[in-house]
Amino acid sequence: MTDPILSFRNISFGYRTSHPILKDVNFDLRPGRITAILGPNGAGKTTLLSLTLGWLSAWAGEIYLMGKPLHAIPPRERGCRMALVPQAEHTPFEYTVLEYVLMGRAPHLPPLAMPSAADVKIAQTALEQVGIAALIHRPVPHLSGGERQLMLLARALAQLSPSSHLPLFTSHLLLLDEPTAHLDLHNKFRLIQIVRQLRDAGVTLLMTNHEPDVVLAVADDVLLMEGGVSPQFGTLDEVFTAAALSRIYKLSIRLVQVDGHKQVLWT
Amino acid sequence: MKRSLLFLVFALLLVFLSSALIGRYPTPGFLSFERITTDELAQRLLFNLRLPRLLAALLLGMTLSAAGMVFQLLFSNPLVEPGFLGVSQGAAFGAAFSIVFLGGSAFVTQTSASFFALAGLGISYLLAHRLRYGGWVLRLVLAGIAVSAFFSAGLGLLKYLADPLTQLPEITFWLLGGLASLTWTKLLSVLPLALAGLVVMYLFRWRLNLLALDEQTSFSLGVAPGRERWLLILAAVLPTAVLISISGMVGWVGLIMPHIARRLFRTDARFSLPASMLLGGIFTMLCDDLARTLLAGEIPLGILTSLFGAIIFLVLMTFRS
Repeated sequence: MTDPILSFRNISFGYRTSHPILKDVNFDLRPGRITAILGPNGAGKTTLLSLTLGWLSAWAGEIYLMGKPLHAIPPRERGCRMALVPQAEHTPFEYTVLEYVLMGRAPHLPPLAMPSAADVKIAQTALEQVGIAALIHRPVPHLSGGERQLMLLARALAQLSPSSHLPLFTSHLLLLDEPTAHLDLHNKFRLIQIVRQLRDAGVTLLMTNHEPDVVLAVADDVLLMEGGVSPQFGTLDEVFTAAALSRIYKLSIRLVQVDGHKQVLWT
Repeated sequence: MKRSLLFLVFALLLVFLSSALIGRYPTPGFLSFERITTDELAQRLLFNLRLPRLLAALLLGMTLSAAGMVFQLLFSNPLVEPGFLGVSQGAAFGAAFSIVFLGGSAFVTQTSASFFALAGLGISYLLAHRLRYGGWVLRLVLAGIAVSAFFSAGLGLLKYLADPLTQLPEITFWLLGGLASLTWTKLLSVLPLALAGLVVMYLFRWRLNLLALDEQTSFSLGVAPGRERWLLILAAVLPTAVLISISGMVGWVGLIMPHIARRLFRTDARFSLPASMLLGGIFTMLCDDLARTLLAGEIPLGILTSLFGAIIFLVLMTFRS
């Protein structure tokens, strides 16, 4: 077994002292795998991503990133190893797409340095990778919801792009919060492909997702959250079962095989 | 983009030179080179009156515009200006307090104005920590509004108490803003802090973009938002506070110049911040030229910056796509 890239040890957290949302959360993410966090609205999926990022601090327990306690990792090193694609982001000014994606290079730059021509190249490559290179000089507020989501993905790719002191993807963690929420079918398919490519390059991915078909298409492991207490972690086949889904969504759900692919049916 | 910035630098130098030569001595118009070399009065006028005043106008314009840009980015809000955290109203209260109770000599008024401007900032900060509502932006804005209201109530009271024949006009003129009584001593007393603030803001120009993002996002990009934000707030507010203490209320420069800079240059603060500084310097020098040359008497600078600032702003916003 390889060392886990991310470990949660007995994590508890809540926004108000009397209401823990997460309790005794334990899991290990192995490198190069895609993990989907699944659970009903309000189960604490996004909260779990914010904890992983280090933005929120747990009440109890410890989070380890590559074996080191998360809070002991310097911010810039953390930024080079772990990126977040948020669900939505407020942009008050008319930055262009390129300017916005370039901000992903921040953790790689020494304090007070400006992005160089090499950084611009990396940003362009990231935009090509997500398929919106044509929008490079478009102001961000003029983008559609889906284009914006792809741009946020491109920023994360630029952020995780290997630099001289971190040459390998294998120590990289990408967090995605509902990455398919605003995407049409074509872009959803493109996102699934990009996610798979990243996994094949060695990146570890942790994403929240509400769409069972996307989870079935990409996830290796699943973290099933039910009211946040001791979520169940395991491989897709172990955890993603009709019984478990029916229980957490309070619906009668069936898993069927169509052309050799699993599909979710609900009534 | 770099070339346009160079052009602005060039324009600034040109405005600086011609502003030094323009005036109402001996007749309205430009001083000739010949007169500077021969007329001792013209030399004294140039070096002891015009030059410190011109440098103060340049510094004031650059600082207010840069601080305005920094504040708009830090607060992700295009409507804030550098004095809103209780600084402007604090300075106004401090000046009026000195005029009514402390005799109102130039030095005392300057000290009192900068003391209360900084007190305004300090109280806003402490208050924001005590508030239990919203994120840090909202808390600071609310605290700033409350502190400003507090000081403007105090200012109202002082105006009411002031002697209507001597003190009240003095308060009113201070509030209208102006650099008429500027000396080298006054300028040198604010120069170190103003320069330090400008340098810090300039060095952080790209990182300002990161701080304009959602807090969680800038955190994920490896920024330590708390520390960098406070450094920049101080770099913007401290020079603003001391400059207001020598100039009085010079309105709208800090609000409008950043908008014009973003409009003419790009949103990226790498370009818009230096552009805002340069435009603010040029604009304030030109307004001050008009303030001292247009009429035989002095026109308060704050009136001209508001008037021309508003006109330029409207023209740019309506006629450019």
